[in-house]
Amino acid sequence: MMDLLGYGAFFLTTALIFSLVTLGLNLQWGLTGLFNVGLAGFVAIGAYTSALLTTPDDAARLGGFGLPILVGWLGAMIVGGIAAALTGMATLRLRSDYLAITTFGVAVVVQLVALNAQKLTSGPFGIGFIPRPFGSLAETPLLFNLSNLAVVSAVTLIAYLALEHLSRSPWGRVLKALREDERAAISLGKSARFYRVQAFAVGGAIMALAGALQAHFTGFIAPDNYLPILTFQVWVMLIVGGSGSNLGAVIGSILVWGIWAGSGTLTSVLFAPEQQARAASLQIVAIGVMLCVILLIRPNGLFGDRLRRPRLGKQAKVTTAKSSSGS
Amino acid sequence: MSLQFVVDGLLTGSMIGLGAIGVTLTYSILRFSNFAHGDFMAWGTYATLAVVSAVGATFGKAAPIAPLSFGWPLLVALVIGMAFTAILALLLDKVLFSRLRSQGQAIIVVMASFGASMALRSLLEFTFTSRPTYFSRAIQIAMPVGFGIRITPDQIALLLLTAVLVLGVHLLMTRTQTGRSMQALSQNAALARIVGIDVASVVRVTWVIGGALACVAGVMIGILVQIRPFMGFDMLLPMFAAAILGGIGSIPGAVLGGLIIGLAEAGAVQLIGAEWRAAVSFIILMAVLFVRPIGLFGVRER
Repeated sequence: MMDLLGYGAFFLTTALIFSLVTLGLNLQWGLTGLFNVGLAGFVAIGAYTSALLTTPDDAARLGGFGLPILVGWLGAMIVGGIAAALTGMATLRLRSDYLAITTFGVAVVVQLVALNAQKLTSGPFGIGFIPRPFGSLAETPLLFNLSNLAVVSAVTLIAYLALEHLSRSPWGRVLKALREDERAAISLGKSARFYRVQAFAVGGAIMALAGALQAHFTGFIAPDNYLPILTFQVWVMLIVGGSGSNLGAVIGSILVWGIWAGSGTLTSVLFAPEQQARAASLQIVAIGVMLCVILLIRPNGLFGDRLRRPRLGKQAKVTTAKSSSGS
Repeated sequence: MSLQFVVDGLLTGSMIGLGAIGVTLTYSILRFSNFAHGDFMAWGTYATLAVVSAVGATFGKAAPIAPLSFGWPLLVALVIGMAFTAILALLLDKVLFSRLRSQGQAIIVVMASFGASMALRSLLEFTFTSRPTYFSRAIQIAMPVGFGIRITPDQIALLLLTAVLVLGVHLLMTRTQTGRSMQALSQNAALARIVGIDVASVVRVTWVIGGALACVAGVMIGILVQIRPFMGFDMLLPMFAAAILGGIGSIPGAVLGGLIIGLAEAGAVQLIGAEWRAAVSFIILMAVLFVRPIGLFGVRER
């Protein structure tokens, strides 16, 4: 029973960290319509930044500044935000696909740096001894997991409330206006590019914070944690939950992570150890097909996009929305 | 710095360029960046490999053609593989992309291609495992051709094949009615429809050309490097960079972009080490986006 509770806390912590990434993505895609397929890169930037700032001094690499965990989180958000802002500035005046390609490139490059810049990241061996909140409780796993769950829940809740507030604020309304009808918004004197760069940077900062949380939760990071599969998982979470809805982002994350972890357990029971790598790739196939099917059948996900409801003067858009969700 | 990098760069550049033709055509005619294009490459290569093994099992081992490392079975298999990849692309379009395209949101199609890419690649990994394989394990002796450059017969043959294919596609695009229809559709879709261009057939030709060339590029990688489920995915960034550098929609541009990136990569390997190779295409991509986002031969979007 205690074990189950401990696993439950562990599972929820991981799911909530995912949901934080999904919230960041929802700000970028759901609210603003910016397509980021390199979010694993931003998560990695956050994790490595925070690890560098907070780990004890290490002779083998630069840094290990031994700063408090909160400083690490803050640093992660700043660096992640700057990286996202730079990416946005380069591409957001162009067609939307360019952003997709560029973010994809960012993820590839971050992965390369993590693997090869040994002085900074310890290369493929990863960084260990990352301080963990309530690390003194590690002797009693249940207590440790529960206290970490509390920390992660608190951060996720704050992010959720802040994002809900933001999306209702004038700033959020400009973003939605840009997503729905760019020309109209521009004609009202809003600089499309400026607002988009801001949204992209804030989203990137949230993703980086999630990366930092994850790093401090597990105490160890390595380049393999940030492969394209992470980007993919988070996208499925957002699409399942329904892009545009923060609540959908959180619930979609927990749901998809549940399916993912559950099917992982199932394959480890059903398949012999030497077949597990193959079974894992089958798991990815299933999720990939699921993403495509949801896009075809129910593009609005579970919680839909409440913002694209029928409105006056938008008849054309309403009919297309209906035909796409009804088919 | 030895001049050997020129040969390596031209070869890598040919692979990137052949792939980038498909990327640039899909982008300009179907209006979306196809993230599954690299996986067409890998699927085509594995299909070719499967046919080669099947031929080997049926007719016994065929001797390679004089100086090359491969014999007629590979040539036959390549043609079948190209057809297979084209059909795969058409099928994926029918099942997935065309339905989403009709909803008019380009970015949803990109997202679907991202999902399809993951599924296709993992399916290959499931079927063939992630262990690399080869068309032939024989080692070819490279011939010196002066200036400190060495080249193998395979490499010469593949460079020639690339040149022939690129010329063929170029002629198709500029000299035939189909090619002109494709150009018209990429430049102004609405007007092209009005003058009665058969959009469905242009879309089919686009997928067939893109798929078939992706297969050739993949087989080139298979002959010169190795065959892995991730081989195409790793080529995705260089292909996108080449298509953007050359100018979206331009076939000579895609090939030239590919060659430039291939040469830059090969040069970078000599100067700063092979581990940073993949960053080269990203740097070129960012530079193009900042300086001249329409690329070398691009036209402004209308």
